Amino acid sequence: MDSARSSDPRTAASTKIVVAGGFGVGKTTLVGTVSEIMPLRTEALVTNQSEGIDDLAAVPRKGTTTVAMDFGRITLGEDLVLYLFGTPGQRRFWFMWDDLCLGAIGAIVLVDTERLDEAFSPLDYFEQRGLPFIVAVNQFEDAAQYPLEDVAAALALSPGTPVIRIDARRRESVKQALVRVTEFSLERLSAAVGA
Amino acid sequence: MATETPPGDPVDASAAVRVRPFTLTAGRTKPRVELPVEATLRRLGSASAGPVEAHLTRILEVCDRRSVAEVAALVAMPIGVVRVLLADLVELGQVRVQTTIQEDSTYAERRDLIERTLRGLRTL
Repeated sequence: MDSARSSDPRTAASTKIVVAGGFGVGKTTLVGTVSEIMPLRTEALVTNQSEGIDDLAAVPRKGTTTVAMDFGRITLGEDLVLYLFGTPGQRRFWFMWDDLCLGAIGAIVLVDTERLDEAFSPLDYFEQRGLPFIVAVNQFEDAAQYPLEDVAAALALSPGTPVIRIDARRRESVKQALVRVTEFSLERLSAAVGA
Repeated sequence: MATETPPGDPVDASAAVRVRPFTLTAGRTKPRVELPVEATLRRLGSASAGPVEAHLTRILEVCDRRSVAEVAALVAMPIGVVRVLLADLVELGQVRVQTTIQEDSTYAERRDLIERTLRGLRTL
């Protein structure tokens, strides 16, 4: 009977955490800081039939274009790999996030306090889908340091949403953010079953 | 007819993709097997099926112990295209997909995964 645990055939071999935020907020930097491979770029197809896609007007013809996602990989043991996916924050990419967020541990919403509004769309999405997320203020050197409570208030976060300050270029700092979102995901899972 | 394009046929926006992406899948956009972007692939002994097409061979060569997303990046094809082709390889018995968390995963499976991730992250 003691074989039941070790022989579980449904032990996951890989998992993912999503990193969302506006352009230039530091998503790819964050991914690159902890990834064991150079961040890779993959592309998903975007059809112009989706609402609002016309913004990608860099493509001269109607039809389909691609949106890039940068991602990295962290081996967490012989039998577990964690992938980090950096994804553009705009609402027009929501259709793509369904795919990205399914089965994810959680998300880090990376924000620049000078451009808080760029976090609104990812926050709306994760709240709607019930994906656990934390907010990480990427502290740029030349930017003012606002108290985290003020950031939480400005973003109208629900009580209990973790808000931390990080430096996306520092490995230890990014690692703390990953630990925090994973802890929060565990708290949320336990709360959901009343455990 | 070769001139007939399927609905949503993509404009090639990537210099790395030299053919229109979904021509490699004969216009199919839905994979037959569930393939999350983070799912790890394992190449199986090639004894079974016969020779596979060139674009599938490229995928086979890079896929072992890598995720769907990594394969897509390495062969420079959109992820949707790679999914369809990987699903074909699964059906051909050339590739196996390792477990990930899915919609039907149990509480215990989710908890196990999150705890293992947390332990791994803390010892990084």
